[in-house]
Amino acid sequence: MMELVCPAGTPAALRAAVDAGAHTVYCGFADETNARNFPGLNFSREELAEGVAYAHARGAKVLVAINTFPRAGDQTLWHRAVRDAAQLGADAVILADLGLIAHAAEAHPGLRLHLSVQAAAANPDAINFYAETFGIRRVVLPRVLSVEEITAINREIDVETEVFVFGGLCVMAEGRCSLSSYATGLSPNMNGVCSPASHVAYADVAGNHEARLGDFLIHRTPKGMPVPYPTLCKGCFTSPDGKGDSQTGHIFEDPVSLDATRLIPALQKAGVGALKIEGRQRSRAYVAQVVRAFRAAVEAADQGAPMPEGLLARLTEGQAATTGAYAKTWR
Amino acid sequence: MDLTVGPIAFFWSADQVRAFYRTLAETPVKRVVIGEWVCSKRLPFWQHEIPAAVEVLQAAGKEVALSTLTLITLKRERRQTAELFASGLPVEIADLSALKHLPEGAPFWVGPTVNVYNEGTLEWLAAKGARRICLPPELPLDSVAQLAQAGRQAGVAVEVWGHGRAPLAISGRCYHARLHDRAKDSCQFVCAEDPDGRTVETLEGQPFLTVNGVQTLSYTHMSVAGQVAPLREAGVDALRLSPQPGDFAAVTRLYARLLESGLSPRDALADLRRIQPGAIFAQGFLEARPGAAPCP
Repeated sequence: MMELVCPAGTPAALRAAVDAGAHTVYCGFADETNARNFPGLNFSREELAEGVAYAHARGAKVLVAINTFPRAGDQTLWHRAVRDAAQLGADAVILADLGLIAHAAEAHPGLRLHLSVQAAAANPDAINFYAETFGIRRVVLPRVLSVEEITAINREIDVETEVFVFGGLCVMAEGRCSLSSYATGLSPNMNGVCSPASHVAYADVAGNHEARLGDFLIHRTPKGMPVPYPTLCKGCFTSPDGKGDSQTGHIFEDPVSLDATRLIPALQKAGVGALKIEGRQRSRAYVAQVVRAFRAAVEAADQGAPMPEGLLARLTEGQAATTGAYAKTWR
Repeated sequence: MDLTVGPIAFFWSADQVRAFYRTLAETPVKRVVIGEWVCSKRLPFWQHEIPAAVEVLQAAGKEVALSTLTLITLKRERRQTAELFASGLPVEIADLSALKHLPEGAPFWVGPTVNVYNEGTLEWLAAKGARRICLPPELPLDSVAQLAQAGRQAGVAVEVWGHGRAPLAISGRCYHARLHDRAKDSCQFVCAEDPDGRTVETLEGQPFLTVNGVQTLSYTHMSVAGQVAPLREAGVDALRLSPQPGDFAAVTRLYARLLESGLSPRDALADLRRIQPGAIFAQGFLEARPGAAPCP
């Protein structure tokens, strides 16, 4: 059966995910060492120890994401995170930074290393480089690849592959995007945040709802319509073509989320070993519901049964979903 | 401190490329990086110009390196990357996967789209043979100073993004094609219509970003004209200037005068505004502010 890797932003979400049938949960420490560095989220050292004990007692694994890029002059914060994750019994750490991976491979030779999606390893050369040089055991594939390309990659590599199937969707190669810091000064790579709430402002202007990120208007909707959260790459913009005409719309991506449920059998056939659900910022109720639905889906895929329809309809209500780059036409 | 010119980001015709490098040979830059940086579909249209450009630049005393693509996914792209290392010229890697093709012990350069955020990464790359590293544009001055110092110790020259629209993101999706309701595979090379990229504005008409095929650039032109003194003090070895349409040779000469201290930051910015009328110059990244924050 494909391994189901589920988000745990809090100890309560971790327990909810494990109880709902997660094979594996992933979480991070409550600081800038992980890419969901949001207020009120993530784990203290004690909470991680308790979470590991809870998961292991129920046959589930715990992965610790240490997937931002260490700040120059301040690497010890990241080195300590790796050391503590290892000492507290994490089953693997998820890393993105070349220097941090080199450090982890040397200082903790017994620790299982996963390559974060933030490392953007998008071809077999990149993956084999990390595998041969540092003994990486699993790669989380960037969301720029089609199912056909994932199949081809799996033929050329020996490490496990994990892909995102549900939740937030990056349309840029992850870990290689500075759009957020361009508008706000804070970025996923440096600060573990994208389009941070601290820089978001909503206002009602002339019969419209407006959502801004920093100095930039990202969404404007007529009163009565919901205004989406102003994630930069999902904004509504306009682009003049230089000949007097212009295009207005969601130039990079609509405000959609990823739902690759119906591609699970194809991903299994492509050799993908683990399916990842995005959403460490989500509530434990949401996590439990999504995990239960996906557990049923991977069990169905394992038996060659059709994917249960409409499982997640309620969770994506009011928001469109896409299969993203997995379908080649998305490009 | 000296000047490096990075690869051309945009889809220019072979004629434009030839003219650009001929003119560049006469400018006071120390080194030039050439190659298709953004989209491998563009390469057949201009790659035959590369040998002549290398020759004219080398004859003018410039150091020349070849750039890889920023995002390498296709088999053909991997093969082309491997072939770069057989050219006899230094290769500037724009995607870490290029390291898989690096001949043992061969020196290489590292471009601004490779994530070098800390000493650990810099030192690892140095041990592998990196000789020059252009840091990611989003880094603040504190990090730049730490990395320049680490570079000194490791024998790596450290560059910062000095001038031009900054590379902010790369995608599997082509936004130029999307603007024309096409997919990447059937793009019909529409990005060639915009030799300076295509502007993306907010709904209020505020210029924001620049679409360049699968790459997203800043709308603002980054300029460190006001920060040469602190960069020099930090131990930075070179400024990277990014090719753009218009009088780029004048841009290079202006930075050369700035480095010779024959020009105040205020006069430099005034000159830049004359050379590039209408452009907005920004440099928030170095000051740990939003990158789009305009120069004074």
